[in-house]
Amino acid sequence: MSEAVSHEDHHDDHDHKPTGIKRWLFSTNHKDIGTMYLVFALIMFFVGGAMAMVIRAELFQPGLQYVDPQFFNSMTTVHALVMIFGALMPAGVGLANWMIPMMIGAPDMAMPRMNNMSFWILPFAATLLIATFFMEGGAPAGGWTMYPPLVLQTGDAFPFLIFAVHFLGISSIMGAINIIATVFNMRAPGMTFMKLPLFVWTWIITAFLLIASMPVLAGAVTMLLTDKFFGTAFFNAAGGGDPVLFQHVFWFFGHPEVYILVLPSFGIISQIIPTFARKPLFGYESMVYATASIAFLSFFVWAHHMFTVGMPLTGELFFMYATMSIAVPTGVKIFNWTATMWKGSMTFETPMLFAIGVLFMFSIGGFSGLMMGITPVDFQYHDTYFIVAHFHYVIVPGIIYGVIGGVYFWLPKWTGNMYDEKLGKLHFWISTISVNVLFFPQHFLGLAGMPRRIPDYNIQFAEWNMISSIGGFVFGLSQLILVWVVIKCVRGGEKATDQVWEGAQGLEWTLSSPPPFHSFTVPPQVTDASAHS
Amino acid sequence: MFGFGYALVPLYDVFCEVTGINGKTGTISKEDAEQMLVDDNRVVTVLFDTNMREIPWEFTAVERTVSVHPGQLGEATFVIKNTSDREIVGQAVPSIAPTQASIYFNKTECFCFTQQTLAAGETREMKVRFIVDSKMPARFSALTLSYTFFALPDANSVVKVAEQSERIKI
Repeated sequence: MSEAVSHEDHHDDHDHKPTGIKRWLFSTNHKDIGTMYLVFALIMFFVGGAMAMVIRAELFQPGLQYVDPQFFNSMTTVHALVMIFGALMPAGVGLANWMIPMMIGAPDMAMPRMNNMSFWILPFAATLLIATFFMEGGAPAGGWTMYPPLVLQTGDAFPFLIFAVHFLGISSIMGAINIIATVFNMRAPGMTFMKLPLFVWTWIITAFLLIASMPVLAGAVTMLLTDKFFGTAFFNAAGGGDPVLFQHVFWFFGHPEVYILVLPSFGIISQIIPTFARKPLFGYESMVYATASIAFLSFFVWAHHMFTVGMPLTGELFFMYATMSIAVPTGVKIFNWTATMWKGSMTFETPMLFAIGVLFMFSIGGFSGLMMGITPVDFQYHDTYFIVAHFHYVIVPGIIYGVIGGVYFWLPKWTGNMYDEKLGKLHFWISTISVNVLFFPQHFLGLAGMPRRIPDYNIQFAEWNMISSIGGFVFGLSQLILVWVVIKCVRGGEKATDQVWEGAQGLEWTLSSPPPFHSFTVPPQVTDASAHS
Repeated sequence: MFGFGYALVPLYDVFCEVTGINGKTGTISKEDAEQMLVDDNRVVTVLFDTNMREIPWEFTAVERTVSVHPGQLGEATFVIKNTSDREIVGQAVPSIAPTQASIYFNKTECFCFTQQTLAAGETREMKVRFIVDSKMPARFSALTLSYTFFALPDANSVVKVAEQSERIKI
């Protein structure tokens, strides 16, 4: 074939890549960059997790034991920032980098150099953020939401916080632009939009959300910066500003951000469930439209984060009903996943266990979200441990489980080796039991009135806090099993077939395991039969 | 969208002004105020509240309350005194409670319209002239007009920032 001829004619660059550190520093390969994203996310997951361990250790008993309140507040603040911007978002972008070109039949991402830059910004941004612990005045301690005027009391760390947020935002916007450009321009012949795998669909929608909402956050934090250092008064009442305005601008970003985090996870489990139920996804079109509706509606519900600031009744009613309406497309998705499993020939390999975990426990978080969407009762739940339980239920078993499930699902494809199924299942069961021991009691604490972001608490909350902390320690330690499974799988194991899973369908499973360095050098022809699972 | 973030600032101000939801008071010209219909059938009590934020002044209202008919021009007197040994520029920020009534509360004259500069030890008496709109629903029988005086940043502000970072050191 012509390939053989070109071999002799000139240098073949098919698998040519720099070696050593240069391979990673100058990488323009979607798989290498995807791997770096995932490794970075895993490291940040443990950095943020270590901070969570400090929080749970301090809350193990009432009274102040290990850390002083200022440091405790830094822990809650930086834990959130590291987890959201350092672990969850890069993990999503990493999976997108690895999988999207393979799923749509492309050789690589559309803009490989920008891909390199969007990754390499991250370690610098994370360093800016974590370096604040060694600064005069300590790390930011005003909460990850950075509400003024409290956040303006941050010491020398303040500009570092702002610039870290800027850089993390720039990185994710570049990732989003790349994903949109790739999907819009590099689909294989016959791969129409309505044949895209759902993971690709959820990522396009996420990418648009990122581009629309991250700059708003950048604007808000820039206003904080100029308020503090250049005498502007956007949020300073003395100069005619209004601190509540920050909350509006912040949550105009913040609520779409929630869906930026969760939609890729929805996409992953939409790939996993059909594979292990051995049935096509139920209601593919409705899944796409539901995802798009969730994304669209997410721009009209921001004020449900601030029902207690003193809004007029009409405002509270509007945001209550808008919030409730998001439950409709979300319900469509939950229904479709359940219907996909209905009468399927199900097997319960680790990825499927994690996907079902998402389905169950995301729904718990979704329901407590509905409870708080009801304005009058939110006045009781606001800033208590109930909200902590709610968002951790949607983030940990909702998003992190989706990402972990995706890692187990695609790990044999990436490495060419099967992971240790026994350890994977052990990881799932220990995590699932401990995550519920960790977060479920926090509902009770919140309903009983325990405020969030406080290092000490009334003696009446002692028992559930102790139970919650034990769950936290077990959950934290059990994530080391994941690390061990991944390392073991990378180093060797039973060889995986190209299809890996019996029920797997889609272009990525037609490539070899591990796939070639450049995914599809010749675009595959996509037919109805070989389209999405 | 970066620009949209900034565009939200004036949008928010306009939105709050139209709906009166953030409790800020409005202004009205003296001519318009004099032409307003007076509702002799009811009386609205306006209570005064004074606060200071990081400013070494004394700030008091001469009258605790003033009762007016809606549509009738009311007047109140406030006194500020600089108790420090340096010149300080202050800015008063008004607000009305309940906030839903704030769109009906307008002022023709207020010390909050401009910055107040007090030399060391100086005392000043200041007038506020206000009018409660006769269109205000009858469920509001009493309003609280609250002022907070803020110190405006000046040459001393560098010292202040240094003091602040000293204070939060752990």
